[in-house]
Amino acid sequence: MNIIEVTKDTFEAEVLKSDKPVIADFNADWCGPCQMLKPTLDQIAGERDDIKIVSINIDNEDDLAYDYNVSSIPCLVVFKDGSEVKRSVGLKPKAEILKLV
Amino acid sequence: MYDIIIIGAGPAGLTAAIYARRASKSVLVLEALSYGGQIINTPDIENYPAVPHVSGFDFATKVYQQAEALGAEFVFEKAVGIKDSGSTKTVVTTENEYECKAVIIATGSENRKLGLDDEEKLVGRGVSYCATCDGAFYRGKKVAVVGGGNTALEDALYLADIAETVYLIHRRDAFRGDEATVTSLKQRDNVKFVFNSTVTKLIADKRLTSIEVTNKNGEADTIEVNGLFVAVGRIPENQNFAELIKLDEAGYVTAGEDCETNVAGIFAAGDNRTKSVRQLVTAAADGAVAATAAVKFADSLR
Repeated sequence: MNIIEVTKDTFEAEVLKSDKPVIADFNADWCGPCQMLKPTLDQIAGERDDIKIVSINIDNEDDLAYDYNVSSIPCLVVFKDGSEVKRSVGLKPKAEILKLV
Repeated sequence: MYDIIIIGAGPAGLTAAIYARRASKSVLVLEALSYGGQIINTPDIENYPAVPHVSGFDFATKVYQQAEALGAEFVFEKAVGIKDSGSTKTVVTTENEYECKAVIIATGSENRKLGLDDEEKLVGRGVSYCATCDGAFYRGKKVAVVGGGNTALEDALYLADIAETVYLIHRRDAFRGDEATVTSLKQRDNVKFVFNSTVTKLIADKRLTSIEVTNKNGEADTIEVNGLFVAVGRIPENQNFAELIKLDEAGYVTAGEDCETNVAGIFAAGDNRTKSVRQLVTAAADGAVAATAAVKFADSLR
């Protein structure tokens, strides 16, 4: 599965109402570590059909960043059944990201 | 068996890989996280010769691609130790063991934490170690910077353009950082200096709401802030090699400009060794020096 770009308007349907666990990647174009993290997330998205990965650009979606108390990026927030279950801030290796889900 | 194993794919390690490959040595680079090291946090590098402007991410990506195109192998595993049996050295990672003739340790450093309760939990919820990464979240808000060196001063100046108020908290009454930056800070109305004080408590509900600051007379005060930027120095990442490699009191590998450690065939390059100037250009220079020495060592074993 590919990574889906999510906005305030699609967040509820794509994330909160997802039947699979979701890794929401809060990021920005100017953030170097976010760009570093992207290939790893692409890889996981390609390998794992049981996980959904979405990308949220915090410059365009500052309301979502505020609502979910994101103040450092990259920030991965894991949602299951509509609620946050775990989060991880900063660049992380693949194994640690998979442990979040 | 590899000729040379390089631990760390920051600017020092990647430059070492380039030099070692150009000397036709087999090279394995081990990296715990992702290539680039701490330079990827820098939005704009302006002090690298012949490159007036480049982002840390673009710089790191180019050096990585250069090393890879020259034939360096990369494995993303964390090195947790080195075993030395003279002509053969074994680098142990969390998953495997790799043998080689010479090792270059280029592990860099990580941010020093304040060591307060809940500090780790509040990273990303108000506590940050990188003003240029996270400053944008604090437009029009109140923030504090803790520290007294150049990083703290530059962070405070950067945040003064974004935040409503910047408290600069320092445990002494004078800064270690550049006078010019101090002068610029004093001209900013929204920068407030809190001297002779340390941060003693982080107060939060879902995210940081205020900090407790205690001065040297033991008097505590609470300051309301949305963000706390910690800039109290860095710690070299050498702990895993301390049994074999001689470190100084602060944890840096005791190695001079020749990058030689106390063990023959093991070299240290970049921010993790004892040195006075820790810059991108000196990290790259270390990579060249260490690689050249490692090539010579590997050749001497024939």
